[in-house]
Amino acid sequence: MLLEYAAIALFIIVATAIGFIAIGLGNFFGPRSSTEIKAMPYESGMDPIGPGTRRLPVRFYLIAVLFILFDIEVVFFLPWAIVFRQLGWFGLVEMFIFIIILLVGYFYAWKKGALEWE
Amino acid sequence: MTPDQIIFLLCAALIVGSALMVVTTKNLVHAALWLVATLFGVAILYGLLQAGFLALVQVVVYIGAIAVLFIFAVMLTRREMRDKGTQVNHNWGISALLALLTFGGLAFILSSWVGFSSTAKAIPAGTDTLMMLGKALVSPDAYVLPFEVASILLLAALVGAVYIATSSKE
Repeated sequence: MLLEYAAIALFIIVATAIGFIAIGLGNFFGPRSSTEIKAMPYESGMDPIGPGTRRLPVRFYLIAVLFILFDIEVVFFLPWAIVFRQLGWFGLVEMFIFIIILLVGYFYAWKKGALEWE
Repeated sequence: MTPDQIIFLLCAALIVGSALMVVTTKNLVHAALWLVATLFGVAILYGLLQAGFLALVQVVVYIGAIAVLFIFAVMLTRREMRDKGTQVNHNWGISALLALLTFGGLAFILSSWVGFSSTAKAIPAGTDTLMMLGKALVSPDAYVLPFEVASILLLAALVGAVYIATSSKE
């Protein structure tokens, strides 16, 4: 049973190794002379304005919450979709009720302008 | 030890170690990244328990969405809230005692349960657990009501989040 996950484990190991090797090789062979200007955050050649950790607008939070909610909705779709044909009309109606309840929230968010980025 | 046990122990060490880092590290963004490691360890546990779908959901929802939300939440807070101050206040002794009592109580209650000392039966090979989950989710004699109630819960969370985030403008 564990062998089913061997491909994923191998993928994680190789991906991690590539990351370490890429940075490690550069560190090992390349000269390192850090100056104050080099240590500055890269901002397309401009001097960065203000600290990099300033407060973000609340819009980001709202988008993340909306993403989670619809992500969970999709998670419910997957097991349903696999047995969709066997469930027949009853399953379809159930899912429609589920979607319609969530659509109410979707239209509320739309009406409130939560999907716009002024 | 079987390979399963070795993987479980490594995974438990990852979960506990990174969970400790979440609460002890000073930088909140780093704490959120350690939380990702903890959640990933839990995903591996689900995989060990033959709950492949749950492992996938753990990665997609918890790491892909909730960890991102945490990082956004850290970035939304004022700068004075982060990176400074002590990590314990004068109530830490009482809290530690309460946590210990809760743990002891739960362990005591659970120890009388049969599943505490015996392992569950292995799922027969060839069972499509995802198919069973899909059927149970919408069949009237299983979980159809919790399934529909879940949509109301999601709706409440959506309306609440939109209301809080947009009402601050006015």
